[in-house]
Amino acid sequence: MSKRSVHFKIYRYDPDRDEKPYMQDITIELEPSDKKLLDALMRLKGKDDTMSFRRSCREGICGSDAMNINGKNGLACLTALDGLEQPVVLRPLPGLPVIRDLIVDMTQFFKQYHSIKPYLVNDNPPPERERLQSPEDREELNGLYECILCACCSTSCPSFWWNPDKFVGPAGLLAAYRFLADTRDEATNERLDNLEDPYRLFRCHSIMNCVDACPKGLNPTRAIGKIKDMMVARAV
Amino acid sequence: MVNRIVVGAHYGLRDWIAQRATAVFMALYTVIFAFVALSLPEMSYEAWSGLFRGGLMRFLTLLFFLSLFFHAWVGVRDIFMDYIKPTGLRLALHVVIIFLLVGYAGWAAQILWRL
Repeated sequence: MSKRSVHFKIYRYDPDRDEKPYMQDITIELEPSDKKLLDALMRLKGKDDTMSFRRSCREGICGSDAMNINGKNGLACLTALDGLEQPVVLRPLPGLPVIRDLIVDMTQFFKQYHSIKPYLVNDNPPPERERLQSPEDREELNGLYECILCACCSTSCPSFWWNPDKFVGPAGLLAAYRFLADTRDEATNERLDNLEDPYRLFRCHSIMNCVDACPKGLNPTRAIGKIKDMMVARAV
Repeated sequence: MVNRIVVGAHYGLRDWIAQRATAVFMALYTVIFAFVALSLPEMSYEAWSGLFRGGLMRFLTLLFFLSLFFHAWVGVRDIFMDYIKPTGLRLALHVVIIFLLVGYAGWAAQILWRL
């Protein structure tokens, strides 16, 4: 049986050496155990150690190896090599500053995430054991808490591309609704005040690129709709 | 002014609801208008202008244009917020668009009541 191989077209940029970014053509021989795109990238790294990308858990939990794969954001570790159209075009996540090759500066992304206070706010003294929720209340958090902050969604959102400094972005808004929906949280009004802004929330026009990109199958657009519903319920 | 990112204008919900409400009204009007126009006995100037001489049709049509202009205001403002970065230029464009749309509204009313 002939050896499997994969043909890459990879965005390369080392600000210390390159004047500007370029696309590198490279073909990698695969071993039978190589199933995911990340496996092939690790082979590539073994051949050319100047090639830079982030990765850690290799099983879709850490969210490090998000990149633009054949024009669509996704995680290299969850993308099967079989069925990938060749040449496989790899670029860094769009809209964020490139540090080197496929590594982007996520500062802006996390700044937006932190701006929604992604933690439980409850000033009551904690009960002896734990703050309880009914199973029905807990149900509402499903599809929200699973976010791994890989930034695939926010960097596929044109509103985030144009206003990354002002628009919270799908990942941040999904997290915002995760705490708005939590019955143990007591800062609902403050959270809604914080989001009621033509830039922070209302840049979302529900085009659902985020839903299309999310490697965890989450739905930020639905969460954003629920934030808007809460605002309407508060205002009318 | 120091160059810091400032957000927190505390508006947006009303415009977002208004954009949806105006869209629903425009869709309903389009259906009503198509129905009424198609049921005209003949396509003549008299029949056409008679259609708009009725108080209800005139009222609905004026509401349609007001909806259209408010809908357009929110949409065009969104485009400027995305693509026009210098604040002064953005403000100037907003003012121009407001004047233009208010002018259009007056013009639409004038046309309707002249028919």
